[in-house]
Formats: sequence, structure tokens, C-alpha cells
Amino acid sequence: MAYLTDKLGHITGFNTLFTSANPSNHSSHIPGSVVRKKPRADLSSLYLGLPLIAAFLVLWEIAPRLGWLNAIFFPPFSEVLVALRDLAVAGTLGTHILASLQRAAAGFALAVVVAIPLGFLMGRYSRFEKCADLLVQTLRNTSQFALLPVFILLLGIGEASKIAITFYASVFFLLINTITGVKAVDPLLVKAARSMGTSDLDMFRKVILPASIPSIVAGARLGVKSSVVAVIGAEMLAAKSGLGYLIQNSQLMMQTADMYAGILTLTLMGLAINYLLVWFEKRATSWKSQSNTGF
Amino acid sequence: MERIVVSDVRKTFQLKPGQYVTEEGRETSELTVLNGVDLNIRKGEFITLVGPSGSGKSVLLDIIGGLTQASGGVVHLDGEKISKPDPNTSYVFQQYALFPWRSALSNVEYGLEVRGVPKRERTERARRFLSLFGLRDFEDRFPGQLSGGMQQRVAIARALASNPEVLLMDEPFAALDAQTREILQSELLKIWAEIDTTVIFVTHSIDEAIYLADRVVVMTARPGTVKEIIDIDLPRPRDGDIRSSIEFNAHRQRVWEALRDEVNKAQKDWALSPAFNS
Repeated sequence: MAYLTDKLGHITGFNTLFTSANPSNHSSHIPGSVVRKKPRADLSSLYLGLPLIAAFLVLWEIAPRLGWLNAIFFPPFSEVLVALRDLAVAGTLGTHILASLQRAAAGFALAVVVAIPLGFLMGRYSRFEKCADLLVQTLRNTSQFALLPVFILLLGIGEASKIAITFYASVFFLLINTITGVKAVDPLLVKAARSMGTSDLDMFRKVILPASIPSIVAGARLGVKSSVVAVIGAEMLAAKSGLGYLIQNSQLMMQTADMYAGILTLTLMGLAINYLLVWFEKRATSWKSQSNTGF
Repeated sequence: MERIVVSDVRKTFQLKPGQYVTEEGRETSELTVLNGVDLNIRKGEFITLVGPSGSGKSVLLDIIGGLTQASGGVVHLDGEKISKPDPNTSYVFQQYALFPWRSALSNVEYGLEVRGVPKRERTERARRFLSLFGLRDFEDRFPGQLSGGMQQRVAIARALASNPEVLLMDEPFAALDAQTREILQSELLKIWAEIDTTVIFVTHSIDEAIYLADRVVVMTARPGTVKEIIDIDLPRPRDGDIRSSIEFNAHRQRVWEALRDEVNKAQKDWALSPAFNS
């Protein structure tokens, strides 16, 4: 799964190295003395990457000051930081962040509730998948932004239309990955479970769900990111709060320092969310990454 | 006392559209894998099934395990017709089939869990069976952290934890290296001697078949039937040295005699029906 790895995953040193025993020295294990080393984060790509970030920020600081860029459109980095501090102190930044996150979270949660059961059915029953697939593919390839006017017409300008667009932005990632995960469940495990008298309900709960978790979680990561992107876009187009609104409105008011403060907040929020998701993915699939043997 | 009675069991598979095999000179889209198998298995007996590839050994095991329906004939377990997996039957697969997201302990608990055995009792029983295979210190490990031999021990512990009356084993040691295989064979015999379980064990290895069995059932090439049943009257308990005895060698000769023609036939069959390979 190519999308399991992520640019940030490398930069931030989340690629942990497991140095515990490999299969060839199993025989040398003394029972009871199994040493399990803690995953160690590889930080070299972090400190190797920092100089370039620093250079970028220095350039941002001096370019407007030296007149290379128009300081009205492109204020120095330090002024952006001051604006960021002022927005944070005034409490407006917190309000906007909360507004955006709430919308993204509501839409994403709704997508989870819809996509996972639907994905189970489509992955497990090929007849049902054949019936639903064409519609899913059609909807999936319709841009959520193109549908924003539709959502606004149907649901009004308030929260509901934003939640709808974040739902739409994440539901297909979750759905497709749930289907993929369910289809990829090793039939031998299903056979083994059946031989032990597993009921249909237990088959879903105890075999198919855990077996497809890695794929579902990978889909969830893409879905969360897509939700955040969608909510910012929607807020830029039609909203009275949220980070997207802050950025767009600051630009209209020519408060460019505030605009960059909003953009910077968005970047930091994106980084934080990705950290969290990578961490969550590692936890949810720990049995996979701790594997010593090659399979 | 007869525990399992297999009567005239047949199994045919429908080939994919466009695929044909030649059977008795005519083309057909149905592949006959088992063609009238009769077999009586006594309570507590250790049966090994040998036969060339494609002779339907695994399919027969699936039918006895209630995982596949026979196309004809019937299998009785203690007088009851088998049509679905029986709670008193356990299965061990060649590829272990452990749940990779569950620890060794939790894997052994699984069968008890889906049967509603209370948490404390199933953990206790699972621990006991892991200890039996010397895996007590590995109970928290995930299958991916265990060697092949250890994984198969966990799988056998899982199968035995539900106190089965019948244990079906489909080439359980075929994926292991030769040394591990021999160790597991004698561990299995030791544990089997203490429980009252009937074992049906599919293998490709003549030595393994003889070493383990009370009776070796030799299957014909496809379509599979029972060609010969050979009593193995070697004394128990058996240790590894028995393999070099004169009696063992005589059995080896006899099983190979029964098997040789079938293996030759099977090789021709496989060359002629590419449909079966895909």
C-alpha cells in the first residue's frame, strides 16, 4: 500500500527501527529472558532538514525588508508571528480553529459511520458490490467543491452544508479502503474461524474487522486530511468563522499579516494532525510492525 | 467402536467457464476429485492419509470437518450426519492460520471465546495448552514474532484447547524444516497418547505417515478413492530411532508399492489438465 508511507512520516522520523531478534536467532532465545527493545525514532532526517527550514524563514524575513518583495502583500516573518500572537491572545484564533475542527470532525465521524458498514457489505458480498460500485465510482469522481453550491441550496449556509462537504470529502477514502481491506482478508483465516464454529456476527467482529483494520486506518488518514482541506475550502467560499474564513477575510481586508498567521496555523495544524494519525496507525497495527519474520 | 464412517463420498468441482478436462475420453466442465470413498475410523485412532497431489486428501478432510459439502455420499460422526463444522472437531492447517493481530495466548483462546467460555476459564485452559508445548513464556508474542515451528505449536494448542474428539490435520508439518518436523511429530504423539482424540492427518511424507499412524490410508490418483489401508503395528510409544528398524523399512516398502503407480498416474494427469492448475 503505497499511501501508507507519507512524506511527513519520513521527515519526522516516525520510521522506527525495530532492532529486536530476527527469525534466525530464535533458537538462541532463552525462555523468559526475551529482550524487547523500545522502538527508537530516527531523528537524523529531522535535524538534517532543519537548516533548510531556517534558511527559508530567514529569506521570508529579509526579502520584504530589503524590498525584494512588497511588504504590504508579503510582511516579514516576525510580523506574522506578532499577528499570530495577537490573534491567539485575543482568542479569535482559538475560536476559528475550533470551528474548523468541529466541522471536519463531524463530517469525518459521519463518514466513518456510513463507510465502514457499507464497505463491509460491498467487500463481502460481490453481488451487492456490483450493484453499488458504479454509483460509488460516479459520486467519487464528483468534486466535493463542485457540490458545495448544491449543499448550500439543500442545507443552507450554516453548519450542515460544511459538515456535508467534509463528509463527502472523506467518505470515499474510507469506503474504498474498507472494501479493499475486507476483500484482502486471508480466506484461510476465515476457514479456520469457520472450523472453530464462528458465527456470522463473530466472523465480522473478530476476524474480518481486525484483519482489515490496517487498510481502514490508512483510508482514515487520507480521509481526515481530505476533510480538513474540504472544510478550509468551504469556509473560504461561504462562512463567518473558521480558519478558511480568517484567511480569506484577512486578504479582503488587506490584513496580510493576519492572513499569513492563518496560513501558518493551518500548516501547523496539518502537521499536528498528521503526527497524531501516524501515531494512531502505528498503535492500531502494532502487531504488523512488530513482526520479525518476513510475512 | 466406529467414530467416523465415510460412505461412498464423491466430490466434483465445477470448472470456470471455458475450462474443460478430458475424463474417460470425453470433455467435461466438471472435475471429479473424490469418486466413492469408503472409510471407517475407530475412536481414538491415529489415521494418516497419503496420496499423490490432486487425490483429494484435503477435500476429504474438509468434508469430514463440515467445511465442504460432498457432492454425493455421506459422512457420519458418532452416528450423526456431518453437514457443518462440528464443535467436537478441530482443524490444523499447513499455513498455521493464526490470527496475526492476536497474541499466542489470545489465539489459543479464540475457539473457546466464540463458544462463550468465560474469560478466566479460557485463559487458564489456553495457558495450560501453551505450557504443554513449552510456549508459556511466549504467550504475549504475536504470531509474526514466532518461528514457524512455534506458530504451528500455537495452532495445535488452539485446536486442542477445545478438547476435540476429532483432530483434522492438513499437512501440518509440511512447511517446517526437517528437524523441527521430527520434533513436532514426537511432541504430537506424546500429547496424543494422553488424550482420547481421533486424529486424521494428511501428509505427503511416507515416513511421517508410518511413524505417526495406527493405519495408513493410501489414496489413488484423481479421481480419489481408497486404494489400500495398511496397518502399522509398530509398538508405542515410538521414538525417532524406530525409523531405522527393519519393521519400519518393510512398511515403507509397502506404502511406496501402493503409492508408486498412483504417483505416476497423477503426474500424467497433471500434465494433461492445465485447467486444474489455474
